[in-house]
Parts: sequence; structure tokens; C-alpha cells
Amino acid sequence: MTDTNNNLETAAHPENLRRVAIEQVTRVEGHGKVTLLLDENDHVHQVRLHIVEFRGFEKFIQGRPYWEAPVMVQRLCGICPVSHHLAASKAMDMIVGATLTPTAEKVRRLMHYGQILQSHALHFFHLCSPDLLFGFDSDVAKRNIVGIAAAYPEIAKQGVLLRKFGQEVIRITAGKRIHGTGSIPGGVNKNVSIEERDYLLKDIEQIVTWSRESVGIARQLFEQNLSLYDNFGRFKAHTLNMVRADGALDLYHGGLRARDMNGKTLFDHYDYGHYWDVIFEDVKNWSYMKFPYLRSLGPEKGWYRVGPLTRVAQCDFIPTPLAEAQRKEFMAFNGGSATGATLGFHWARMIEMLHAAEVIQELLHDPDLQGSDLVSIGERQERGVGVIEAPRGTLIHHYKVDDNDQIVRCNLIVSTTHNNQAMNEAIRSVARQYIDGKKLTEGLLNHIEVAIRAFDPCLSCATHALGKMPLEVELLDAEGGRVDMLTRSSDGSFCAAA
Amino acid sequence: MSETFQLDGAPVPFEPGQTVMQAALAAGHYIPHLCYHPEFKPHGSCKLCTVKVNGRTVASCTMPAEAGLTVESEIEELNALRRTLVQMLFAEGNHFCPSCEKSGNCVLQALGYDLEVHTAGFRHLYPDRPLDASHPDILLDFNRCILCELCVRASGEVDGKNVFALSGRGIAKHLIVNSESGLLSDTNIALTDKAMQVCPVGVILKKRVGFNMPIGERRYDERPISAQALDDAPRQTDASGNCEACEGTP
Repeated sequence: MTDTNNNLETAAHPENLRRVAIEQVTRVEGHGKVTLLLDENDHVHQVRLHIVEFRGFEKFIQGRPYWEAPVMVQRLCGICPVSHHLAASKAMDMIVGATLTPTAEKVRRLMHYGQILQSHALHFFHLCSPDLLFGFDSDVAKRNIVGIAAAYPEIAKQGVLLRKFGQEVIRITAGKRIHGTGSIPGGVNKNVSIEERDYLLKDIEQIVTWSRESVGIARQLFEQNLSLYDNFGRFKAHTLNMVRADGALDLYHGGLRARDMNGKTLFDHYDYGHYWDVIFEDVKNWSYMKFPYLRSLGPEKGWYRVGPLTRVAQCDFIPTPLAEAQRKEFMAFNGGSATGATLGFHWARMIEMLHAAEVIQELLHDPDLQGSDLVSIGERQERGVGVIEAPRGTLIHHYKVDDNDQIVRCNLIVSTTHNNQAMNEAIRSVARQYIDGKKLTEGLLNHIEVAIRAFDPCLSCATHALGKMPLEVELLDAEGGRVDMLTRSSDGSFCAAA
Repeated sequence: MSETFQLDGAPVPFEPGQTVMQAALAAGHYIPHLCYHPEFKPHGSCKLCTVKVNGRTVASCTMPAEAGLTVESEIEELNALRRTLVQMLFAEGNHFCPSCEKSGNCVLQALGYDLEVHTAGFRHLYPDRPLDASHPDILLDFNRCILCELCVRASGEVDGKNVFALSGRGIAKHLIVNSESGLLSDTNIALTDKAMQVCPVGVILKKRVGFNMPIGERRYDERPISAQALDDAPRQTDASGNCEACEGTP
């Protein structure tokens, strides 16, 4: 490995290097690719996770009426639409000056924790269990959910049914399993009837039990492969999440908490209504995804990590008993080493899934769900910010609305976008550990994907800014040779190359 | 006893002056339609209600009912043409049902489902049609206009305001607002106007209503438009006030 390029973002001399691409990255949401540049001795000089799809929601929501945003913007994702539905709704609550009624807030919370449950189950069982249960370089033909169903039928079944239950919670609160309309500016458009509540209650104990067992599986995997799990793709990162006023884990509402990579608090209980004072976004000319950073640390050093691992490690406690007990064990395990391990994501994710199941159980016994006071409206505001802890991490929606009720500006900082640099760090760490100087095999390359999957990235959600995207146009002759090339960089400047 | 004509093999009674459409709906027979509205004079422009009368294709909303006519409506040949007409409307405007607040209450969408329109079938034209959000209480989203002129008719014939009109010809035809500035805020339209109630799609909207109606309670969530339209139609009753066609409908 070259000494002059320790960060592996950009090779000092890319000419004459061999390019290897993992295209597409599989078992993640959306489209992305990884490129590696290697020299003749298989030393790695450059590793990049590229997000190759473009979505553009920030642009085409402009001009639309504000009440459309929670329904329209959620269409950017089919896995975590509820998170966008609710983040946009929270922003619109500010626009209409609402203070949510107890029924509205609890129905939304129920919807959100249903979403956490189904998304975490999908990720752990459908997308990652093949790597974790069979091995990263196991037979690729069996390294998938069908292989899991054959080898571990009970685990596969639980994964499917856990996800199904979460989807049912969403259907009852939002009207549909995917892309519902339940949350509206200032509240919700329906409550949860007694019949609907009882329908969910009949299965909830089983769901809590399975969720608890799932934490056990994640923990056992970590224990049994301690050295691998502890060190795989490990890197130090600053961290960001949202916590309740008393420091508890709260995935629906709270203030922002950031710590540097040594655990020092940078800010705490920060009002997300002014997030731009502490978080800013950088662009790079090789990815459609922006690179957010903590302003106080600057664009080079201020990148950070969000998501289940950060949330579980960075909250003061989890306000449900079973998940809190698991959190304590997670924090104490091996001197706390899992809290900084890339594969610790899976364990933390399952603790959150258990928490979600417990919150759902608690809410289902709350009579406020059957209340009829659904919407509140107050003094109209021009600007609205909604922040929620989505399955993949902190999600920020920010809108400006004019006097005609039309959206004039929108900024989305999506969970996966926050983790952009962190994912790049993780795959560079893996490249140093497993790829550098070795003959490449499919199994070795899958190690890169395993590191990416740990973050549960949603690449479809993450690329929206229009007008700054880098673009490369090539003019080819009939034989495919390049005649001319025009490049637009992220700052909008054009460069022609013969 | 009134005279009858045959619709898809069934006898349909009619009163003098009724059209084939009116008589069919009153007798509990659905003929797909878009621009027809029981409270307004027939318009005959959308052509969805095209039927075969004694072998000739005519618009059933303008065709006077006559004794002895043989009318065909529910046949694949006509439904294929209706499907194409609906597809052309979807391709001509910007109909993004997933984020449209009229979804579930939209006649065009409901017809699409009822006629089993699975794709637009044609290349989308993606016209540039900015919203008119100038009015404090009413939003106009021209993207969804299908040029049925129901708002034009309602505003002129019922409200007496002539707020709306069609302008341009052929593919350039479009809905305009009848004010000097061209903006809705410079008209005397009111939320209580008939023009506010007749838009079959999501063009004329009361502001800040949005998605207040939950999925499951919307007009076409439970029953297809072919059933709903019959509920709305004026029914033929017998001498004792009973309506045979109404039986079984909620």
C-alpha cells in the first residue's frame, strides 16, 4: 500500500492503475458501486463508494402545495417511506403552527415504530443474515435469503413475520403498507379503532419474544467471532443522533446530540430547528451524494456517523425494560468494544427492533389511540424543519413555503447521506485489512459489501440536490474510441478534454 | 308502460326526451363516462360513453333514446377504445396519482381502474403547466385538466360568473381563468360555487384540505366507479315510488 495515500480517497497517480468495480452493490436499497484502483502488486490506492442514481426530489417538490409534501416526498423510498412521511409532516407541523394532540402524536409514533420494526427485520434477516450466518466468503450461490430459508427455516420465518407485523402497524396507521397518507400537516387523518388495536394486540407478545431472540442471535454472532466482528472495517468516527430531553433513546422526537471520536460532547439537546448552524453539506465531484459535516470541525474532519450503533451507544438509556437490559449488556460487552465496531451495527439494530416492539406494545394499550382530536392548527410559519430518527439514522427535512402555500425551497439530509463518509471510511478500512496485496476473489470483494451493508444504506433516498451534480459526457467514434469529453464538476464549472 | 330500447340485450325503459345515457343510468345500467354530469347539458366531448346504436358508434350522452334501438356498450371492442382514450388523457397531462390529493376520489383514476388501464400506453407529453395558487382559499393545478369543461359550464350556467374558459386549439387547448391578470385571485369565485364541486379530477381544489380523508373512506376505495355512478344517477321509480334498479345498492 502506498504510504502517501493513507486515506485511500484519491490515488496520487491513478494512471496505470488497474480498476476493479463492484457494480452493483447487492443486498442494499438502491443503486451504488464501489471502485478500487490497484497497482500491479495488488496494492490498493483508491477506494470509493459511488452513488450512481439520481433522484432529485428537492427540486421537483418546488412549486407544489405544502400539504402534498408528506405524501409526495415519501415516494423517494419504498423501504422507509414512513420516515420521510413523518419527517415532512413534522416540518409541516411547524409551517401550520401546530401543537400535536396526544392522539395525533401517539398514532404517528405507532406508525414510526412499526416502520423501525419492519425495516430492521428486513435488513437483518433478508439482507444481512446470509453473510452473517454462512460467512462472508461462503458459497455465493447460497449466500441469499433463499439459502437462509433452506438452512435456517425458523429464523427465515421469524424474519418474514416480524416484517409483516411492522407492515400491518403501518397499514393501520397510514392506510397502506407502503406509501400511506395517515400523517398530515398538524396531525393525522385517522385514529386506531378498537378492532384495529385488537388485531395487532393478538400478535404483539410473540413479536416481542422474537425480537428478543433476534438480539440473542446478533449477540451470539459477535461473541462467537469476536476478533472478526470487533475489528472488521473498524474506524473512529464522530457521532450524531437525536435524544429525548432526559437523554433517553427516542426515535420520533428530541434534540440533537453530537460527540467527537473521543467521546467528548460537541453539542447536546440542540434544537434541530436551526440544524444548519451545526451541520453543513459538502459536495465531491465523484458522487451524487452530498457529504455532510459538523460545522465546528470543518468539511475535512467533521464527517460523522449516524444510525442504530450511534443511537444505542449514545443515548443515556432506553425507556423500555427489555431493550434497556440488552443495551446495558451491549455497552459492557468486552469493555464496550462493540460500540465502535462496524459489525456492532447489527447488534444495536436488533436492540432497537426489540425497543420498537416494546413501544408498539405499550402504545397499543394507550386509550389515546382511539381519541377523536386528530388535527391542530396554529399560527402559520414560513419555514419548517422536521427531524426524525429513521431506521438508518437521523433524517432532516427542511422546507420554505411562500404566502401562496407553495414550497419554494427544500433540503433533505437523509440518513444514508450522513453516513456517506463513514461508509467510505469503513470500506477503506476493509480494503486495507483484507484486499491490499491479495489476489482478488468474489469472497474478498464481498467483504467490502458486508461493510457497506452494516450501515443498511438506502441509496435511493440519498441523492436529491439538482444543479450541482457532477456529469461526464463522452463523444465516441464508431469503434468506441473517445473523441472528446466534457466534464462538469460539482461547482458547476465545465472542463473539456481531448 | 314506457317504451324501451335494448342495451346489451336488456330492455331499458325511457321517458320522452331522455338520452340513452340518462335512461341507462336511471335503469341501473352503467355506461363509462367522464364529461357527462346529470346536472348539466350533455357535452359529448370525452367520447368515453361511445356506444353502438344499431351498429353505428355514437355518444350515448347526446343520443336521444328511441323505442326499438339496439345499443351495445359492454363489449370488448368499445372498452378497448375507451381504454385508449383514458390512456391518452393520462399521457397528455401530468397525472401523478401517487401524490395527488384527489386520488381515491378522482373520476379519471377510477375509470382507469375500472377499465383496467395498466399503463399510459403512449409517451408522456409532460406539459409545463404551472399552478395558480394566487387565491387564498383555492388552488388550481392545471397539470390534471382533462378539458371536460364541467367547471366552465358550472361557473357560467349555475354560478353566473364565467370564471373559467378553454383557450387554444387542438393539442394546445387549455383551461384559462377569465380575469385580466389571468389569475384566480382576480376573479369573484367563491368556495360555495358550483364550479368548486364539479371537477372530476384534481384541478380545482380547496386549499389546505390535502389528504385529510383517510384511505378506505375515499369515494372509490370500496366500490368501483361503475357502481358509484349508478348511486348518483336519478332513478326511474314506479307508480308507488319503488325503484327496482336501486335494490341492493347501499
